[in-house]
Amino acid sequence: MKVVNQALPSIDGKGLMMGKKAYTDDLAEPNSLIVKVLRSPHPYAKIVKIDTSKAEALEGVELVLTYKDFERRPFTRAGQGYPEPSPHDKFVLDNYVRYIGDEAAAVAALTEKIAIKALKLIDIEYEVLEPVLDFETAFENEVLVHMEPEIHEMFPIGFNPKKNLAASYHMHVGDVSKSLEESEVVIEQSFYTQAQAHVMLEPHNVNARMDYQGRLMIYSSTQTPIHIRRIISQALDYPLSKIRIIKPRVGGGFGGKQAIHGELLVSTVTIKTGKPSKMIYTRKEVFESSYSRHPMRFDIKLGATKDGVLKAIDCFVISDTGAYGEHALTVFMVAAAKVFPLYNKVDSVRFHGNVVYTNHTPAGAYRGYGAVQGNFALESSIDMLCHKLNIDPVKFRQKNMIRETETSPIFKIMGEGTEGIEMFMESCKLEYCVKRGAELVKWKELFPRKELGNSKVKGVGMAIAMQGSGIPYIDMAAATIKLNDDGFYNLLIGATDIGQGSDTILAQIAAEALGTTLDKVIVYSSDTDLTPYDTGAYASSTTYVSGNAVLKAGKEMRQLIIDEAAKVFDVKVEDIEYDGVVLKTKDKEITLKDLSNRLFYNEDQKQLQVTSSYYGTKSPPPFMAGFVEIDVDKETGEVDIIDYISIVDCGTTINPMLARGQVEGGIVQGIGMAMYEEVLYTKKGKLVTNDLMNYRIPTRREIHKLTTEFADSYEKSGPYGAKSVGEIGIDTPPAALANAVYNAVGVRITTLPITAEKILMAIKEKEKGEN
Amino acid sequence: MKVKIIVNGYKKVYDVAPDEYLLDTLRADNFYSIKRGCDNSSCGVCTVLLDGKAVQSCTLLSVKADGHEITTIEGYQEEAKKLSEHFGHQGADQCGYCNSSLALTVHAMKTEIKNPTNEDIKEYLVGNLCRCTGYEAQHRAIKLCLEDEE
Ligand code: FES
Ligand code: FES
Repeated sequence: MKVVNQALPSIDGKGLMMGKKAYTDDLAEPNSLIVKVLRSPHPYAKIVKIDTSKAEALEGVELVLTYKDFERRPFTRAGQGYPEPSPHDKFVLDNYVRYIGDEAAAVAALTEKIAIKALKLIDIEYEVLEPVLDFETAFENEVLVHMEPEIHEMFPIGFNPKKNLAASYHMHVGDVSKSLEESEVVIEQSFYTQAQAHVMLEPHNVNARMDYQGRLMIYSSTQTPIHIRRIISQALDYPLSKIRIIKPRVGGGFGGKQAIHGELLVSTVTIKTGKPSKMIYTRKEVFESSYSRHPMRFDIKLGATKDGVLKAIDCFVISDTGAYGEHALTVFMVAAAKVFPLYNKVDSVRFHGNVVYTNHTPAGAYRGYGAVQGNFALESSIDMLCHKLNIDPVKFRQKNMIRETETSPIFKIMGEGTEGIEMFMESCKLEYCVKRGAELVKWKELFPRKELGNSKVKGVGMAIAMQGSGIPYIDMAAATIKLNDDGFYNLLIGATDIGQGSDTILAQIAAEALGTTLDKVIVYSSDTDLTPYDTGAYASSTTYVSGNAVLKAGKEMRQLIIDEAAKVFDVKVEDIEYDGVVLKTKDKEITLKDLSNRLFYNEDQKQLQVTSSYYGTKSPPPFMAGFVEIDVDKETGEVDIIDYISIVDCGTTINPMLARGQVEGGIVQGIGMAMYEEVLYTKKGKLVTNDLMNYRIPTRREIHKLTTEFADSYEKSGPYGAKSVGEIGIDTPPAALANAVYNAVGVRITTLPITAEKILMAIKEKEKGEN
Repeated sequence: MKVKIIVNGYKKVYDVAPDEYLLDTLRADNFYSIKRGCDNSSCGVCTVLLDGKAVQSCTLLSVKADGHEITTIEGYQEEAKKLSEHFGHQGADQCGYCNSSLALTVHAMKTEIKNPTNEDIKEYLVGNLCRCTGYEAQHRAIKLCLEDEE
């Protein structure tokens, strides 16, 4: 392959570094009205009075919006395919506020200063209600977060607001109680994961204007332009055909920009005033008033034979979706669906539980999407089991984990919000990944620990993981390829580059299929007026689903070109030889350049263009093994991450360097979740960790070494053998680090993040117990 | 009030409010390389050079820049291109939101530290957060770029 599997520079990196106009706010109209939101200071309250007259009277204020300005049309912000597997439980503005930071009213003014001043002039009276702040007691609590008669589920997801349930779920394979009874060794443990924040560096932002045709044209920093268009249309009852969404360059998303944020308010302002408007979230708003990862509690039981065969996994989960139920069911299901098949030889599995409403900042999509939470619980508990069995964790996994050609009954039972589909692992190099990782981390030498003298001790830990590649039978992607004169192409895709490099890798796939070079493929993506359909950047779908659409379009275009050459030479199509540059038959030839010019200007004129669509009929999982070497200071509990080793099977890497970047970026976000990113609320339900000083993401200082390698793997159903790689990286760090800490100092931390303080306290506890 | 600032060598006069931050003044004048990521000097994407020193423009009042020289990456396009070559080859490009300010801070580092070690580089750039790359590829690219210039 000439273009695919090559480490080519991204097509946009240079311009972005040079500071070119590229991101959403760079494209706002200079005279945009500034939209600001009055946010609830209470975790739960009813608005009993709201008087906007003083705010409206302020010079420079164009519009003040309250719940009275909106019809009651419930929707979900989730940004998923339609009908969504998330409850329609949100109104643009409501007369109830359900968390500190929830929207109570909005102002559009000439300047930010005036807007802020106007917010203060809104006379608002709340009836403060008792909130639900503890997610473990939210189910069937007498306080209900949602009582609106209009809210509903789109199809059965276990939604029951009378019990504070956004969703609930139950599945089982075999008889788990019986298997556990029969198991010679059983362990039981609860684990907690926190409401990690995405901290994409570009905050949510959007701007709108009415264009010269009287259509609402929006630049949005989003992962899902097509869904955004649909949600605006449905929530505001505004014609779909009058909305255009353009996604410019996006400064990171990680799932945080899958849902709709300021688009509804900005659209309302621009529709009502006819004037351009914009909204940029402050960093505090991003933390408090967008959404985070679903915090979860796992109660997990594992059973095994005494020679180390895993027999049963039993897991009950409570997930906190906060005030609104975005992605409630699907994230919950992925916590098992993209984790438990790793151990496919068990007799029985049970997975069940509730996704509850609370009066916290909502939870939603976030890279890893349940799998990282589930991975922490399962892979931590597997190590606990290994310890009890006195078996090396690497050997245990080698014995029990899924292998190529095998399947798991879970694939068929669990999809995303619905039933899944049966899948056999046509590509699965986990065995290699584990073996190679163990080699690189020097497992034999270092497991479980090595005293380093002073107060330091070195430990190693590991975990394995899987993810998916798109949502089969639901996610569709399309690609258009257009041939231009001089023989270069336009590639038009709905796929949404949010910084992960999809424009580049999709162009690589197109160039490979067309037999051309990357510079001859001009990419334009994510403009609902001009590019074809694509669900957007989520569910690790772009390389696999959009990539397959691009590959199909590339092949079809290549065939069209050959057909045209056959006509030129008046020969059979089979008699044309074509290398992407020159079309030959016996003694005659024509270059693509000449052919394309001829098609535009000289003879039998026409535009060659193809549009191809693809939807997956399965979702081949990428796999990885994560190994970590750490030094722990027993006196302070501090952990130094010496090297994080990732061995990844994502099939062919379309661009090995960009794939590596996806893995490493995910690893470091996972390290953040595992070690640093603490989420704290006050007793009253106010988020304390609401800026970058209090919420600490990894800096350069903490990251010493990342070792990343790819297994030699080929997924037949993927474009040139590729699977996804966007999410898998984030899955292993929490468990691998918890396991490494245990191996180093013998304490098992079961709540994230694994702070120095927790480790030290646990060491002290342990010492007390030993004395 | 009027302030005189030399931006990338051009003498500029801006009419600013007393509580206006330089980030807003410069973005309003189409310096798109300067981004907003926070509002309390904790992410680094708004970095500019004030008389050659890296500062955060989100917390620098425009009036404080009066009479000073400000440089943005728009003033160092060749350097940005050079660093970006290395970024490209190391796969260090992702969303790019942190890249312009990073390039500018690397420039400031070069003038301050001769032959920086790995640790020097990490310490100097510690305020330039990146949420996408995991830093490893950026670090490789920056080192190669520095070596190239030796
Ligand atoms: S925007 Fe200035 S440091 Fe974040
Ligand atoms: S590349 Fe996205 S923040 Fe650095």
